[in-house]
Amino acid sequence: MPNLASMSFFIPELILSAVALILFIFALVSDKAGKKGEYASVIAIAGLLASAVFVLKNFNIGSPPLFWGLLVLDKPAAFFKEIFIITALIVIIFSQRSNELRAGANDSAEYYSLLVGSVLGMNLLASANNLLMIYLALEFVSLMSFILVGFARGSSRSSEAALKYVLYGAVASGVFLYGASLYYGLTGTLDIKSFLTISPSPHLTISLAGLFILAGFLYKIAAVPMHAWCPDAYEGAPTPITAFLSVAPKAAGFAVLMRVFSAAGDGFNWPLIIAVISAATMTFGNLAAIPQTNVKRLLAYSSIAHAGYLLMGVASGTPRGAEAVYFYFAAYLVMNLGAFLVVQIIANTSPPLMGGDIGEGGRESLAAYKGLGRRGASGAILGITMTIFLLSLTGIPPFVGFIGKFYIFAAVMDAKLYWLAFIGIANSVVSLYYYMRIVKTIFFDEPADAVQPAFSSRRLAAILGVLSFATIFIGLYWQWLSNIVAAVIA
Amino acid sequence: MQLEYYLIIGLILFLLGLYTCLTRVNAIGMLMGIELMLNAAGLNFVAFSHFNGNHIDGHIMAIFIIVLAAAEAVVALAVLLAIYKRFKVIDTDKVVTLKE
Repeated sequence: MPNLASMSFFIPELILSAVALILFIFALVSDKAGKKGEYASVIAIAGLLASAVFVLKNFNIGSPPLFWGLLVLDKPAAFFKEIFIITALIVIIFSQRSNELRAGANDSAEYYSLLVGSVLGMNLLASANNLLMIYLALEFVSLMSFILVGFARGSSRSSEAALKYVLYGAVASGVFLYGASLYYGLTGTLDIKSFLTISPSPHLTISLAGLFILAGFLYKIAAVPMHAWCPDAYEGAPTPITAFLSVAPKAAGFAVLMRVFSAAGDGFNWPLIIAVISAATMTFGNLAAIPQTNVKRLLAYSSIAHAGYLLMGVASGTPRGAEAVYFYFAAYLVMNLGAFLVVQIIANTSPPLMGGDIGEGGRESLAAYKGLGRRGASGAILGITMTIFLLSLTGIPPFVGFIGKFYIFAAVMDAKLYWLAFIGIANSVVSLYYYMRIVKTIFFDEPADAVQPAFSSRRLAAILGVLSFATIFIGLYWQWLSNIVAAVIA
Repeated sequence: MQLEYYLIIGLILFLLGLYTCLTRVNAIGMLMGIELMLNAAGLNFVAFSHFNGNHIDGHIMAIFIIVLAAAEAVVALAVLLAIYKRFKVIDTDKVVTLKE
């Protein structure tokens, strides 16, 4: 489809670009000291909602190739776009009441602009159908994430996290590009559909090109062996950004990985490569999470493990596996954002709840959770909601994580990858140990003092309620969500 | 000139860049290595497109690589400035407050 005709299908992205630019201008001209961030977040929320509406409107129009085939507007892309937008909306509410971000409150309008910009990049990535577009979108998302991770300029942890993220990301994109150049040389085109034309010949060079391109995607989803940046970047970043990174860019990485993967057919053993990476990723993530004493870092390793579970669905290579991945992302969104929200509330509460471990990261340490469930009513609520999210992340019924995992395992068994299913189940057992260690700390350890956590913000309490309700509700009534997911596949 | 010469130079550039990134501790040094890797890919793109009847995609890709390399360098240098202000070094092995 030519450029001008494509524009009418491109409205969600146009809205996001406009909002990102408006927010930058707003940041320059507004003199509403103190209230600036609040207004900026409202503009961002309005823009994201409008964009979500137009994404929905385009859901059922088939899959027209836009801009001469650079982008394609199919249903999986629309589904992932909604995931990004919902994540961004929830994270904006987190950010409005985050102490880490308020420390540098003067630039909060830029912060929301970057957040909207990164959603724009991810939207492009989810529908990119050409290596040029994939590279541009990948870099777009990465550049925004680098700045967001380092956004708390007053904190040395944040800067250090950004440094590690930026260096690692640049190397990964260099490797990706070199693979893309080999691919271009072999096929004479940048269209990912050409994977099909060359895949019957498992030639060394094309395997190399495929592996290098895969490395760029694995970096985005933080899978072994491209995971090294993840724990540091997640721990050092402001908590709302950690929550955002653990869901949205990961989903974008999966969207593009699955698009390229399905274009590649089963030439050069992609399913097997992905299956091995999946097994390595979840095993590494779960084993490395065990000794962690910082809850944010522990959740970072747990998110690596979850990337492994999700890769199991991709490795099965069937529509059923794709369906399971989509379902799992919806489940992962509510439970993971919820867990990070509890971390943020605990870290922001004043006076801090700590058993001696004081330092920049001390408010996130496991010591701060000692006896949380016994610190009055609000402590009990935080403890119970955290338990719900952690049980759901483990995959225990009746929570939504169980249904998600059930679909993934069903798809893997269906594809006869029994060894992978076995590793996945063994890993779930391992993950039970470190998640339950937090629950034990919350309910069975003696609190170090009598300080009671206070809900400093009604907004965060409300969103905490919504997320924990969704975790239970979808766990009990998941049929509607699986109908949506089935419609995405159809 | 044959295509192979360009590809070999590209490969050498890429490997040198990767080697620099893996062995340097100075962050600026690593950035230079990254530039080498990006340029290796760019050279490959231009070479392939030249020997493929001046196919336009490769040239466009090379131009975008140059632009994005600059953008990435800007972000990386901004982060390095923030690091230098707080740590007074830019050696990646000295900037370690986040534990393993």
